[in-house]
Amino acid sequence: MKKSKDTSNFAMIVREFKQDKGATFFLFLLSALILFIYIYAAFLDTKKVMQVDILNGYSSPGKNGHLLGTDQGGRDVLKYLVLGARNSLNIGVTITLIVEMIGIAFGLVAGYYGGLVDNIMMRFLDFMMLLPMLMLVIVIVSIIPNYNMLDFILVMSAFLWVGTARLIRSKALSEAHKEYVYAAITSGSRPWKIMLFDMLPNISSLIIVDLILSLTSNIGIEVGLSFLGFGLPDSVPSLGVMIGLAQDPDVMTGSPWVWIPAAVLILVLCVGISYVGNVVRRAFDAQQRLG
Amino acid sequence: MWKTILRRVLLMIPELIALSILIFLLAKLMPGDPFTGMVTPETSPQAVEALRIKAGVYDPWYVQYWHWVVRMFHGDLGMSYQFKTSVGSLILSRMGNTIWLSLLTLILSYSLSIPLGLLAGRYENTKLDKGIMIYTFVAYAIPSFVFYMLGVWFFGYKLKLFPTSGSVSVDATGTFGYLLSRLDHMILPACLQAVLSVTAVVQYLRSEVIDNKNQDYVKTARAKGVPEKTIFTRHIFRNSLLPIAAFLGYSITGLLGGSIFIEQIFNYPGMGLLFMDSILNRDYSVITALVLLYGTLTLIGSLLSDIILSLVDPRVRIG
Repeated sequence: MKKSKDTSNFAMIVREFKQDKGATFFLFLLSALILFIYIYAAFLDTKKVMQVDILNGYSSPGKNGHLLGTDQGGRDVLKYLVLGARNSLNIGVTITLIVEMIGIAFGLVAGYYGGLVDNIMMRFLDFMMLLPMLMLVIVIVSIIPNYNMLDFILVMSAFLWVGTARLIRSKALSEAHKEYVYAAITSGSRPWKIMLFDMLPNISSLIIVDLILSLTSNIGIEVGLSFLGFGLPDSVPSLGVMIGLAQDPDVMTGSPWVWIPAAVLILVLCVGISYVGNVVRRAFDAQQRLG
Repeated sequence: MWKTILRRVLLMIPELIALSILIFLLAKLMPGDPFTGMVTPETSPQAVEALRIKAGVYDPWYVQYWHWVVRMFHGDLGMSYQFKTSVGSLILSRMGNTIWLSLLTLILSYSLSIPLGLLAGRYENTKLDKGIMIYTFVAYAIPSFVFYMLGVWFFGYKLKLFPTSGSVSVDATGTFGYLLSRLDHMILPACLQAVLSVTAVVQYLRSEVIDNKNQDYVKTARAKGVPEKTIFTRHIFRNSLLPIAAFLGYSITGLLGGSIFIEQIFNYPGMGLLFMDSILNRDYSVITALVLLYGTLTLIGSLLSDIILSLVDPRVRIG
């Protein structure tokens, strides 16, 4: 072990990235990609991009000024891709933030109180884990009348917080028996203050890692549901819908430019984000650190 | 031992009840009633109303729930409005396809992940280990359906190695030809699913092997001159493999959940595709039955895992 006692979390992460060339590459690739997506999308008008122009349908890449060609409705694939990726990222981030908040609150309360409270809350968690999540989301989405993006985010969050809650609870359970918590209790702090200002900072590294890693899986689930046709409403561009077009064999083989870019983009985003997440996790774990 | 199993089974009962109440309430929220599929345009509204009262549509929800449970225990899951048959026989006819595909996937997945896990553990921190770890990492990170789509496109359409939809071809003749055709249709989806589902087993097995490497029994074996190869293939292998058995229950659950994507993409007529068809056609009695079935199977899968684990590892037993 080198001198690592008084280095901040941030310095630790920076050093870990310096040690791992692949991670640095992914970090730059991801940042560039995300910057490009957001900046380009800011200049695009969703309504204009979504406008159907049948006459121009399925034109191959490079023709008529469409860099990546057009889909069945004559929409520019590149523009659709950028808007879809931005939506997927936005929704992924929103769901992840909601899910983390619920999970942290649930986990901290269960871990702090322990005993009977923890037991009851864990029974509930166990039950939530059993639910066939994918099916239930599809069923709920299909019976909500006039369903919109907010509904989708709420339905997803209602099921996805369970994993985070479990993780936070197991860490909080061990934190709750440390001396600083006893000291805070003895000095008369209120429970919510102990949880929020004493325990939370001590599990922050775990939360950061979980944030990054669950972002990948949340994006994956959103894209998957959109692929099946039960994700974002039809009027919203989505990467999943684009890949879903390839369920028609003619599109799959006849005009691969419609769906392959979306498939590759989602692969790069998911692998990149989890790679970066893994490096951050390694940085926080003294036993696995490279540098 | 038996105490643990009994306790686990008893814990399952409230979960099962909660699950069925949840699904029952969800079913109530769905449009339509038990007569969808029986009512024809000629039926008079009065007759429908009489039927409704007789069936207890206006009873309080817990009374209806009770009747629903009783009916279910009699095997009466309602009628499918789309296929005009009873839901029970409809699901049974599709269940076989899903089970066979899952079984093949499970076999392929384990025969891929066990050697990889053992190798990664034995040659810890070498290039081989790093390669395997990168593979499991990527397999975990990517959304499965994107991989399946690329797989169908490449192996099915570009190379034309495998059929891309259905479960058996129309022109298959004879028992043997029929079986061969079935297998041919299952190979690509099963392989694609297996390749992606290795992560948990490989990583667990690897860390088990690494843990076992420094155990006393291994040192003893080495000291008495057992060849290094035999130590790994016999001594460590056996000890590391047992906990893997416990993954089996969870694997079954995972496969069932994944069946929606794989069956949709390959147009493979199993329960996942039935679910998607029923959703699109608003065939609510089938949907309710399938959600309940998947939930129950998940429960049984986790029960199975816990029982296997307590058989294998005495430490998790309760006194």
